[in-house]
Amino acid sequence: MFDIATFLSRAVVQSIPLLLGCTGETISEKSGSLNLGIPGVMYVGGISGVIGAFLYEQSSGGNMNPVLAILIPMLACLIGSLLMGLLFSFLTITLRVNQNVTGLAMTTFGVGFGNFFGGSLIKLTGSDVPSIALSKTSHYFSKHLPFADDLGWVGKIFFSYGFLAYAAIAIAVITAFILKRTRTGLQIRAIGESPATADAAGINITKYKYLCVCIGCMIAGLGGLYYVMDYASGVWSNDAFGDRGWLAIALVIFTIWRPNIAIFASILFGGLYILYLFVPTGSNLAVKELYKMLPYIVTIIVLIITGMRNKRENQPPESLGLPYFREER
Amino acid sequence: MDQLAGPAGAGPCLFLTKGGLLLENKTAAVSMRGITKTFGSVVANNNVDLDIYKGEILSLLGENGSGKTTLMNMLSGIYFPDEGQILIDGKPVTISSPKEAFDFGIGMIHQHFKLVDVFTAVENIVLGLKEEGKLDLEKAAKRVQDICDNYGFDVDPKKKIYDMSVSEKQTVEIVKVLYRGADILILDEPTAVLTPQETDKLFAVLRNMKDDGKAVVIITHKLHEVEVLSDRVAVLRKGENIGQLITKETNAQEMTNMMVGREVTLNINRPEPLFSSPRIRIEGLNVKSDDGVMKLKDVSFTANAGEILGIAGISGCGQKELLEAIAGLQDVESGSITYISDDGSREELIGMDPQKIADKGVALSFVPEDRLGMGLVASMDLADNMMLRSFRSGKSMLTDRKAPRALAEQIVHDLEISTPDINTPVRKLSGGNVQKVLVGREIASAPTVLLSAYVVRGLDINSSYTIYDLLNQQKEKGVAVIFVGEDLDVLLELCDRILVLCDGRVSGIVDGPTADKHGVGMMMTSLGGDHMDGGEMHE
Repeated sequence: MFDIATFLSRAVVQSIPLLLGCTGETISEKSGSLNLGIPGVMYVGGISGVIGAFLYEQSSGGNMNPVLAILIPMLACLIGSLLMGLLFSFLTITLRVNQNVTGLAMTTFGVGFGNFFGGSLIKLTGSDVPSIALSKTSHYFSKHLPFADDLGWVGKIFFSYGFLAYAAIAIAVITAFILKRTRTGLQIRAIGESPATADAAGINITKYKYLCVCIGCMIAGLGGLYYVMDYASGVWSNDAFGDRGWLAIALVIFTIWRPNIAIFASILFGGLYILYLFVPTGSNLAVKELYKMLPYIVTIIVLIITGMRNKRENQPPESLGLPYFREER
Repeated sequence: MDQLAGPAGAGPCLFLTKGGLLLENKTAAVSMRGITKTFGSVVANNNVDLDIYKGEILSLLGENGSGKTTLMNMLSGIYFPDEGQILIDGKPVTISSPKEAFDFGIGMIHQHFKLVDVFTAVENIVLGLKEEGKLDLEKAAKRVQDICDNYGFDVDPKKKIYDMSVSEKQTVEIVKVLYRGADILILDEPTAVLTPQETDKLFAVLRNMKDDGKAVVIITHKLHEVEVLSDRVAVLRKGENIGQLITKETNAQEMTNMMVGREVTLNINRPEPLFSSPRIRIEGLNVKSDDGVMKLKDVSFTANAGEILGIAGISGCGQKELLEAIAGLQDVESGSITYISDDGSREELIGMDPQKIADKGVALSFVPEDRLGMGLVASMDLADNMMLRSFRSGKSMLTDRKAPRALAEQIVHDLEISTPDINTPVRKLSGGNVQKVLVGREIASAPTVLLSAYVVRGLDINSSYTIYDLLNQQKEKGVAVIFVGEDLDVLLELCDRILVLCDGRVSGIVDGPTADKHGVGMMMTSLGGDHMDGGEMHE
């Protein structure tokens, strides 16, 4: 029996890391920086949160303050992703290194960084399984509204998530509003389209680019944190985050650089990601594997379709991926 | 009709004699003193003094690379001077960013428009402004409309830039500057992309601004514009201010001599065509662009050997597609392109690959906007660029490097290309020299058809004339030269016949020696000019 309420709520849970990654990448791309380091940033965000939570759990000795239990991992996560953002900005904006190369290097680095510290923590705890469980911290992150359980399927679909899920949706809505309606958004978009124009209009390009990349990285980092603390119930195992970071980047194109569309698109992707668990496939494992391919097939189809679109508003920002130097002649 | 004095209240600004003695009874709106700017080892401006007055239109005249744009970029905050001082209303100031330039009331309209394509006009206009309160595009649109009504502009504030024509875009640029309350307007070669009619409209607006008490600076190298528009001319040469003239008291010859630094003759040669056997006949050519837009519609004409056929038209109305179709680089929907050899035999070019067409002697010298995009490889040296034409010849598996080197040496010598040696990457050469390298190579392959597009774009007078001479030499050798140009004056002087394209159709073909500029201008904007039907004018 296909349980639609369970399916939807699982799809939403799946979608949140994608949504955060996608929103972060959109902010970055709108300002002209194609940050392919996002998958790495999400790993770093996740492991930084884990390190913060681990240290706090160890030092508190069971007496955990709920506020600190949330704040410390979150702060650790934001600082970790911010450092990644600063690294990317410094390399691509100040030194004008090729963005693709930098981004790919940062993803490799981020995944390695996560696995290295993840492995170290697992060694430290001396656990039998190759993972580390921070269930106490996770408890605070995944706490949902108390009345949700009494509301049946409504509660399940709308109120059964930890606070980061709602924060992710709020961030997406706010980002979409800022980009579309405000002076700041106009300036960011102008930089991504034509930095020379923005410069001539008196906009501080370097400042905005740094801000957009760094804020984008911090939002994406939260996606990693949500994955470990809420989705995975506080269990970190190496490489478990998988390729969600790349899906988030594909999602940016799918949503034509609009975070408000990303809310629904990420749920769609989340649903495709777990569809194989809900469709009766019998004992035939091959069919299951085929279903697991769905998000990637959809991504490819979407890329083909977006490639054929020719409305100007739906194209990538015109100077996406290009460095800017005012006195170049 | 041009008056030295501004409108009521401004009073006479200055008196100037030909000797250069300056008597002022009014402080300049902007004074630049001893401005020097270098880029690496290149001195763009050297110790330049310049005054700009309100209620006056000043022309900044000079060849390409003479430092006109650099000088003005320092006023608009794009560049920062290495030495010297800028005074505004007599007070020394520092302009270190475009924003600060706005604060001083200086607005510049750049040659390459600084507009965001996917934004509307009004979004572009308010971009970067720090107004109070939240972004209110409706209110801004109303103010834009007011400015337009005031000066006689015609702009739809809600229209997206990518839907606009070049002259509309330029209008948006001007409104943008006025919206910011600029009193000093700098326009960098504003007419380069306009039709004669649009140019007249622009000049009328500029005169309105002058009457409104604003200071207008126009950067140009077109002498007749200086003559009809400006009150005063400052001539730059090799980064130095050579002198100032009152427009009324000077003439084109004197200005050119100052600009170039020696006597130049201003007439383009047009030898009588010796042959006129048809070389390429095009019939009913239709070409569609990648995104499904018809770029050429039912184009028919004949290009004759020993003749320069000019192609006029607003930029982007099919010139590029036409040349590329002939060269075999562009897929054709329907129609025929027939190549007629000297012995009268005919051959259909459509369907042949570019290599085969090139073997027939069809040479393409195409200068797209980025100049080095097609034809030459920027990072390769002269000799290797020569090899791009010849690398297929020779029997050995290895390339023959001797012949291209010899050719490069010869071209450098014949066309007086200034380069350290033939091992210099072409991107290090100046625009004129790059163009000479390209044209030289194409000519060396002894073409029977020479396709050239925008060959003199961005070249100074001297280099342009060298190129015209080269084209004329080819014409006298019996080559069919097709010359896509931007400057109508040049087209009218150089070409034997001019084909006018309008939105992908042949608007008409006129005789070069008898054509009139305004007529051609009309044909560029509407088929066959006002009344004639384009179809009847073929052949």
